[in-house]
Amino acid sequence: MLYRESGQYKTNYADDQAIFPLKQDRWLMAIALVVAFVVIPLTSSEYMLQAVIIPFLIFALAAIGLNLLAGYCGQISLGTGGFMAVGAYAAYKLATSFPDLNMIVVFLLSGVVAAFVGIMFGIPSLRIKGFYLAVATLAAQFFLQWLFNKVAWFYNYNPSGTITAPPREMFGFMITGPAATAEARYMITLVVVVVLALVAKNLTRGHIGRSWMAIRDMDIAAEIIGIRPLHAKLSAFAISSFYCGVAGALFVFTWLGSVETEAFAITVSFQVLFMVIIGGLGSILGSFIGAAFITAVPILLTNAPQFFGFNMPIDLQKHFEVMIFGVLIIFFVIVEPHGLARLWQIAKEKLRLWPFPY
Amino acid sequence: MEVLNAIFVLPFVDMFSEPIFFAEVVVGGLLTGVMYSLVALGFVLIFKASGVFNFAQGAMVLFAALTLVGLMEKGVPVWLALIIAAGVMVIVAVIIEKLVLRPLVNQPDIILFMATIGITFFLEGFGETVWGSDIHRLDVGIPDAPFEIGGMLLNEFDIWAAAIGAAMVGGLALFFRYTVIGRALRAVADDHQAALSVGIPLKTIWIVVWSVAGFVGLVAGIMWGTKSGVQFSLSLIALKALPVLILGGFTSIPGAIVGGLIIGVGEKVAEIYWGPLIGGAIENWFAYMLALVFLLFRPQGLFGEKIIERV
Repeated sequence: MLYRESGQYKTNYADDQAIFPLKQDRWLMAIALVVAFVVIPLTSSEYMLQAVIIPFLIFALAAIGLNLLAGYCGQISLGTGGFMAVGAYAAYKLATSFPDLNMIVVFLLSGVVAAFVGIMFGIPSLRIKGFYLAVATLAAQFFLQWLFNKVAWFYNYNPSGTITAPPREMFGFMITGPAATAEARYMITLVVVVVLALVAKNLTRGHIGRSWMAIRDMDIAAEIIGIRPLHAKLSAFAISSFYCGVAGALFVFTWLGSVETEAFAITVSFQVLFMVIIGGLGSILGSFIGAAFITAVPILLTNAPQFFGFNMPIDLQKHFEVMIFGVLIIFFVIVEPHGLARLWQIAKEKLRLWPFPY
Repeated sequence: MEVLNAIFVLPFVDMFSEPIFFAEVVVGGLLTGVMYSLVALGFVLIFKASGVFNFAQGAMVLFAALTLVGLMEKGVPVWLALIIAAGVMVIVAVIIEKLVLRPLVNQPDIILFMATIGITFFLEGFGETVWGSDIHRLDVGIPDAPFEIGGMLLNEFDIWAAAIGAAMVGGLALFFRYTVIGRALRAVADDHQAALSVGIPLKTIWIVVWSVAGFVGLVAGIMWGTKSGVQFSLSLIALKALPVLILGGFTSIPGAIVGGLIIGVGEKVAEIYWGPLIGGAIENWFAYMLALVFLLFRPQGLFGEKIIERV
């Protein structure tokens, strides 16, 4: 009743190919954007922004990156953390070497650097696939982490070995560095994430995305209908790494402010993989849902015992958290192997008939 | 010129000028390799029989070792603790089969892989909830004294580890070759449907395989635990077993052994002779790079079946 296409006529091709062909979807999207751009910065506390919302956005971006590769092109990668590190260190080097460069340009360029590294580590994908490829991408993860730890040039010979986001401003506001307010950092992250998510959505609807999906579904058939696996796979690696790289740059510049290589350890790669799988392989919306789930659950688990009045030692609680997290992953994988995005799809089908089912 | 000299000449000069030290490095690498092989074995067993890429093998090693050491600290004698720990691993196998694998039959591999990551988290959290997260010392009575052969300083424990590893591989090979269950396992590994149609119970086979992988994990846990203490980082050696698998092939038991030895030796030699040139600590990634380069030339591994389609 509330959510159906009847009465919405499409009179030209542009309408037919719109990202959100339904009026209701457009309304929902508009409301979501208003909430994100106006309501959240006005109402959220500093803690909320810093601990929940900014990491959610950054991880959503990384999850979109991995989803383009794993969900759309079918190449599993465990090197996400490594590619994020490339983006972070590239952004640091760029921002410190060219202090006058616009920060948006810095973020995008660091994504480009990550894309090149991604292509290099994507070359094995031309010969292997599945778990062999997953293990091969672990090489990227460990090698890159080691590289950024060992070569002092990457952190400007800083004795502590950390990289710190230099203070930079844009439109008269500080957006990075210690003086930047959480709101300013949130806004810049949001703009980057929204624009890149839109680009990703369009990529997957177009020629490139379709060639990726063809490769994912059956590589030999794809080759026969004229898709070049070399181009499709390497472009998937490049664009995926670009997204991960930008996410890594934001990770340092608008979230933590100062990190070591440990921040991009293998656990980050797994976290992003969880987001993609729990959210839904091959769905941009799923990347956001998955990122929201994986960032929110640990926080809820940490706060739940106090909320219910239990008091337990910190270490015991930490172990419980890990346990429950594991159970939740198994649960979701069993109940909905296609991810939470699939639940939304089912809900939409139901809403078409609601409240008068046949 | 000097760079090339440092990379291609000097390390070899070092090797030949001090052959005893070189031999020590190689033997040390071989012995570490045996330990990697033990972990990789568990992976291979499960991958062969159920096609599941069991990421939880490392967590199973940790969990088995924690159970054993926890029982021993409660005053249970070693032999009894071993039996109980083995029994616990069987229970874990049954639970995993019932609650995780059964509902996920016919799902894509990546989904099963995710589920095993979930198992990893659960086992790590559960083990540490029950037995605490301190580093436990494990001593099951394997002698551990240094001795000298031909100028090489060796550790008695390492020899024992190698011997036990060899015995396990031999035992598993015999088990697979000559017992009814072993034959059924091979049948399942070859073709699930064909195995089902000749009346091999898939459920039981999966429980057996996961239990055997649990026993292998227990042995690996004892070895690693005795060497470096039973602690959380034990579950991370699973990651080290992955390049071993690539080198040896996912489906080959001898491959796991040979792969482990190659990785063990390669890692140690590279670290000692080439490591200082590029800043050291290359042990962390050398194995993966070796596996990566290897993959480009022989994607199915040393002994693996040629199942990978050319893309």
